[in-house]
Amino acid sequence: MATSVQRASQLTMADLKGRVDPDWCPGCGDFGVLAAIQKALVELQILNHNVVAISGIGCSSNLPGFINTYGMHTLHGRALAVATGLKLANHELTVLVTGGDGDGFGIGGNHFVHTMRRNVDLLYVVMDNQIYGLTTGQTSPTSRVGMKTKSMPFGNIEAPVNPISLALAAGATFVARGFSGDQKHLTELLKQGIEHKGFSFLDVFSPCVTYNHDNTYQWYRPRVKKLEDDSAYDASDWTMAMEKSLLWGDEIPIGKFFERTDVPSLHAAEPVLNEGPLVRLDPRVPADAARSFIEELM
Amino acid sequence: MKQTFAVAIGGAAGQGVATPGDIFAKIFSRRGLSLNAYNAYQSIIRGGHTLLTIRTGPEPVTNMGDRIDLLIPLNQDTMDRHLKLLKSGAACIFNADTIKPGEAAEGVQLCPLPVSGLADITRNKVAQNTLAMGAGLNMMGIGFAALEEALHEQFKKKGEAVVAENVGVARAGYDYAAAHFTAFPNPLSKTEKRYAVLSGNIAMAMGGAAAGVKFYCAYPMSPSTGVLHWMAAHARKAGIMVRQVEDEIGVINMAIGAAHAGVRSMCATSGGGFALMSEGLGMSAMIETPVVVIDCQRAGPSTGVPTKTEQGDLWQMLGAAFGDYPRVIAAPLDIADCFKLIPEMFNIVDRFQCPGLVLCDLLLSEGRLGVEESALDFNPVIDRGEIILPLDDHGDNGNGTGAAMGMNGGYKRYKFTESGISPRAVPGVPGHVHTVATDEHMEDGVLISDEFTNPVKRRAMMEKRMRKVAGIEAAVPPPTLWGPRDADVTLIGWGSTKGVIEEACEMLNDEGITANQLQIRWLVPLHGEAILELLKGARHTIIVENNYSGQFARYLRSETSFVPDGNIRKYDGEPFMPHHIVEAVKEQLAGKTHLSVPMHEIMV
Repeated sequence: MATSVQRASQLTMADLKGRVDPDWCPGCGDFGVLAAIQKALVELQILNHNVVAISGIGCSSNLPGFINTYGMHTLHGRALAVATGLKLANHELTVLVTGGDGDGFGIGGNHFVHTMRRNVDLLYVVMDNQIYGLTTGQTSPTSRVGMKTKSMPFGNIEAPVNPISLALAAGATFVARGFSGDQKHLTELLKQGIEHKGFSFLDVFSPCVTYNHDNTYQWYRPRVKKLEDDSAYDASDWTMAMEKSLLWGDEIPIGKFFERTDVPSLHAAEPVLNEGPLVRLDPRVPADAARSFIEELM
Repeated sequence: MKQTFAVAIGGAAGQGVATPGDIFAKIFSRRGLSLNAYNAYQSIIRGGHTLLTIRTGPEPVTNMGDRIDLLIPLNQDTMDRHLKLLKSGAACIFNADTIKPGEAAEGVQLCPLPVSGLADITRNKVAQNTLAMGAGLNMMGIGFAALEEALHEQFKKKGEAVVAENVGVARAGYDYAAAHFTAFPNPLSKTEKRYAVLSGNIAMAMGGAAAGVKFYCAYPMSPSTGVLHWMAAHARKAGIMVRQVEDEIGVINMAIGAAHAGVRSMCATSGGGFALMSEGLGMSAMIETPVVVIDCQRAGPSTGVPTKTEQGDLWQMLGAAFGDYPRVIAAPLDIADCFKLIPEMFNIVDRFQCPGLVLCDLLLSEGRLGVEESALDFNPVIDRGEIILPLDDHGDNGNGTGAAMGMNGGYKRYKFTESGISPRAVPGVPGHVHTVATDEHMEDGVLISDEFTNPVKRRAMMEKRMRKVAGIEAAVPPPTLWGPRDADVTLIGWGSTKGVIEEACEMLNDEGITANQLQIRWLVPLHGEAILELLKGARHTIIVENNYSGQFARYLRSETSFVPDGNIRKYDGEPFMPHHIVEAVKEQLAGKTHLSVPMHEIMV
């Protein structure tokens, strides 16, 4: 994804350690996601001043405070919009957007769909725990039907969103699913997502050990099956990806569902950026252009 | 009394009111005449009624005025609505084949054009418009060459045959008027001045380009859409990234994202869209990333009257987003000021790292004004404030690699300073890595909202941010009083009413009532003490504004305890005309009322 990342051999896990330690509940899936992101950046050797981690609001959205890159901890649901503006103003930066299922699929649903169709060159990692955690346990857009929460004490009667199918339908050019309980696999997906030139969506099962007693590590482990293990699976085949995305139950696929590389990302499609990132452009309008702007009014 | 001439063209949307309007405007401005155009229209694409008034003259023309000198009704409806407004000396040119005139006042010249006899109407659907233009210009005493030139420019893309046909039709109208109608007694004068004719929306967009805006995004919303249109059309030449976003929540957040990367970033909307942006404004203030938001007010509440003007968003803007934070609010005074204000606003918000809000309205946004070229300065002062940009090549400066890059050399994004301004490094700068947050945070950006809540630190950070307010106050000039110091009446307005109040003052002075004007441009900071000082000796004060509740009057009272002797308000969607204010002042000075709400006589 990043066009001119600086490679150096010195970046270590220690460089990426945040100023404070995460304050997530012990056992939270988000620890695994943070560690995998740090590993991916080290393995790709992208200098931390060229990385911006952008989040919304929620437990998982606290992540930018726990990693030593540039970061923006923005508003609930708005991280993708902020990230789009930032990427377009300086497309040399590697942009990681992190957040939860409520942040991304609930309050941020509109931006989610539109950022995908725009193919903004960034990696969007959703720590999907099927619950609202920071507000102490309410139904989320990915909570299963029947799940009992404080906001739906008699059980959820609304169908959950399927993030993978939604992403495929909205035109995401890289769509994957990971599991916080499988670090190695998750790190690999993160690296692929960062390197993909376009919008990369990575939905990660990141169990909430405090409020979601349905979708636990123990629940996931026997169910998740890696797409990479299926030699017949072709991640360039959108229809096949859509079919796989519908699987849920005893078998839940994880891994790369889909990737296409033939669509230019938003910044690559915009001729205004031919001269380089906006942030490096001369703020002054060229004199002949200014003259022509006035002339056309006379 | 000013020497002006106003032509009004009316018809259904889609009947071609705009083209003759553009051509008249071009011809007037090329004669070195000042002009102001106001289009009263409806939220309809085809049909309905629209009335474009272009007022011109050798001296600055700042508003639509009180009088129509020439009415060109393109349909019966326009004739029926507006003929009765014409007063002695005025004329009405109309298509005699399709429109019947009604009862006209004495001294009004009715000018029927036998359209089918003068042009082939099967070939030229807008022949009546072109004939009327020719006839009208003849009666104004303007040579045909000016119209020929304007028609050539208008139609050259369609080929020489189309140009020739239109010139022929215009000529027929011109000659017919010479033979059958009486010319206006004073031919339109000519000066050596050169004017650019532009709307407030174009002016704000161009002002943005001049200010160095590199990122503009918007969701279409009347009456702000013209800013988007100019930006989109000129983006490549000006080197500006322009995006249309899914909603205004996305707009403000995207704009802030771009600003955070280090570019000047702007967006425009109207009241409804501004409402959606309000949470984002709080983010701009909290993370201290400057952004400029334009609100082109229209008649509210809710969807309201999308094509009509109002000054009804002041309190929305004063209260936008929860919590206390530094903000800057200014209302441009006229269309030239729409241009000038944007670079000024950017310099202030860049220096003070907070949101800047421009409170425009439909009257300026969609009105048009002849502006002298010198008012469109593409080399204004650009002061980016204390910003650290990634201008060096990455990794070259020694502290960008290894363990050192994790340590940030002690850089604190929200460092406590006397001014409250902390140097702002943007992503990509080596050695300054930090995270910004909408949660309350410490100097280094670490949150003090959850694990580390601390009332002492929270107070210190609130005070750091709010210290910027004093600096902003010092950076913004206080208002001044225009006109004679000792006057019978002082008219107080804000923003777009500048021109019409100014003209009302002139008319009052002509009638022997001395009047002066206090027009507020910077709403926050307000400079309340300076205002009180200016108003201390005022004999009779009246606040003039385009809303129901006296939003500015209430704001001024809340800031200064000042209560005026009277108010003039209008909330029918149409702008003030000078006589509205003059008559209201007279009735108030006569002690008849303290609140005047003038009735708009033009049914549009």
